[in-house]
Amino acid sequence: MAQWLLEMRDEFIKCFITKDRWKYIVGGLGNTLKIALVAVLMGIVIGSVVAVIRATHDKTIERMRPGLGKVLLQIGDFICRVYLTVIRGTPVMIQIMIMFFVIFSNARDGVPVAMLTFGINSGAYVAEIIRGGIMSVDPGQTEAGRSLGFGYVATMFYIVIPQALKSVLPALANEFIVLIKETAVACYVAVNDLTKGGEIIRSQTYSQAMPLFIVAAIYLLLVVFFSWLVGKLERRLRSSDH
Amino acid sequence: MPVLEVKNICKQFGKNTPVLQGVDFSLARGETVAIIGSSGSGKTTLLRCLNFLTAPDDGRIIVNGETLFDASSPDTQREREIRKKRLHFGLVFQNFNLFPQYTALQNVMLASELLAKERPDYKQNRKEVLGQLRARAENLLRQVGLGEKMSLYPHQLSGGQQQRVAIARALALSPDVLCFDEPTSALDPELTGEVLKVIRGLREQHMTMIVVTHEMAFARDVADRVIFMDGGVIVEQGPARQVIEAPQEARTRRFLSSYAGI
Repeated sequence: MAQWLLEMRDEFIKCFITKDRWKYIVGGLGNTLKIALVAVLMGIVIGSVVAVIRATHDKTIERMRPGLGKVLLQIGDFICRVYLTVIRGTPVMIQIMIMFFVIFSNARDGVPVAMLTFGINSGAYVAEIIRGGIMSVDPGQTEAGRSLGFGYVATMFYIVIPQALKSVLPALANEFIVLIKETAVACYVAVNDLTKGGEIIRSQTYSQAMPLFIVAAIYLLLVVFFSWLVGKLERRLRSSDH
Repeated sequence: MPVLEVKNICKQFGKNTPVLQGVDFSLARGETVAIIGSSGSGKTTLLRCLNFLTAPDDGRIIVNGETLFDASSPDTQREREIRKKRLHFGLVFQNFNLFPQYTALQNVMLASELLAKERPDYKQNRKEVLGQLRARAENLLRQVGLGEKMSLYPHQLSGGQQQRVAIARALALSPDVLCFDEPTSALDPELTGEVLKVIRGLREQHMTMIVVTHEMAFARDVADRVIFMDGGVIVEQGPARQVIEAPQEARTRRFLSSYAGI
C-alpha cells in the first residue's frame, strides 16, 4: 500500500509539478470556461431570436392576413427550422471540424472558432427551450399588453420573454452544464482546452491514468459546482413564485 | 353625440360557430352599462372585439364620431393604427392578468412609460416626464385604495387587490370607455365587495363603463342601463332596474329566474 502511494506521488509530480506542467491544466481550464461561457451567452441570444420567430409563427400565422409580413415570417420560420434540423442533426465534432478546417481554415487561434461553433450549436438547443417557455406564458399576458397598446415587440420584450426566461432558467443552466463537457471535443482542432491540457501532459510523460483521471475529476467538480448553483437558483425562483 | 356606437357586430369562430350575430348598441358619455347573459352568449367576445383583441367579421365601431373599425374597409385594420385605437378602451380582465415581474406601481406605469418613450422630446425631459407618470400612477393606486401597496408584486397581493391594480392600470391611459370582463368572477365573495366599490366610485366620477357581470344586484344598483344578451344577439335592453326587476322578454325572465333573491 505504502509502495503504491509513493508511486502515485511520483507519478503526480511527474505529470503536474515537473516543468510546471500544471500550467497546461490551468490554462486549459481557463479556455474551457471561456468557451463555455461565451458559447452559452451567444446561444441565448441566437436561441431567443429563433425562439421568438418560431413561437410568433406558430401562434399567429393562421390569424395573419396575407401580405409582406406573413411572407417574411414564413421565410424566417423556414430558415430557423433548417438551422435547428441541421445543427441538432449533425455531431458537434463534425461541426467544429468544418468550422476550423473549412470555414476558418486560416484561423490562428482556435478559441474564438470554438466559441462561435458551440454558440451556434447551443443556440439550437436553447431556441427550443425558450420557445417552450414562450408558449407556456399565459396568453392573457399578451392580451393584457396588447389591450394597453403595446406593440408586438414591446409585448414580447417587456412582458413575455422575462416570464419565459424565468421559467426556463433551470433548463438553460443545465444547457450550460452540458456545454462545459461538450467543449472537450474542441481539443481535436488544436484548441488548448482542459482536455487538450491533459493530452499534452500524456504525450510528454507517457503517463495515461493520472492526467486522464485528474482531467475527469476537474470536469466532474465543475459540473457538481454548477449543478449546486442551479439548484440554489431554482429554490430561489420557486420561493418568489405565487 | 354618443361616446361609442357599435353597429351590426358579427363574429364567428371557425366555419359554423357564430358567436355574435349583429350586435348594435350605443353608449352616452358617463353612462354605465351592464351586460348580462349566460355563458356563451357572446358577452366576452363583444368586449374583445371592442378592444381589438379579436377582429369582428362584420360591423363598425365608432368612438366619438370617428370610425375606428369598419369590417368593409381594410384601411381601418392596420396593426399600427389599431394599437393607437386600443387606447380608446381600457380592459379589466376576469383573471386580472397583471404582469408578475413588475410591482403594482410598475404595472400601472409601464404602458404610459412606453408610450412616452416614443415621443421625440422624451430624452431631454426624461426625468420630468417619468416623474409626472409616476405621480399619476401613484394617484390612481391611491384612488383604488392601494396607496400602501404600490411596491408589492402581484403575488403578494390578494385577488381583490390585484384586480384593483388592474383597474388602475386600465385607467392609466385615460381611456374613453372602460370595459370590465366579469371583474369579480375569479374572486371569492368576501373580496368581491372591494372591487365593486371601486367600480361604483368610478361611476360617481362619470367614467363611461361597460361591465360584463354575473352580479345582478350590482348591475341593478350601479348600472344606468342593462343589456341582456343571448345567442349572440341583444335580446333586451333598458334601464337597469326595469330589465332586472320587470323584464319584458321571456328569455330574459328565464335567465333572471335562475338568480334567486334579487
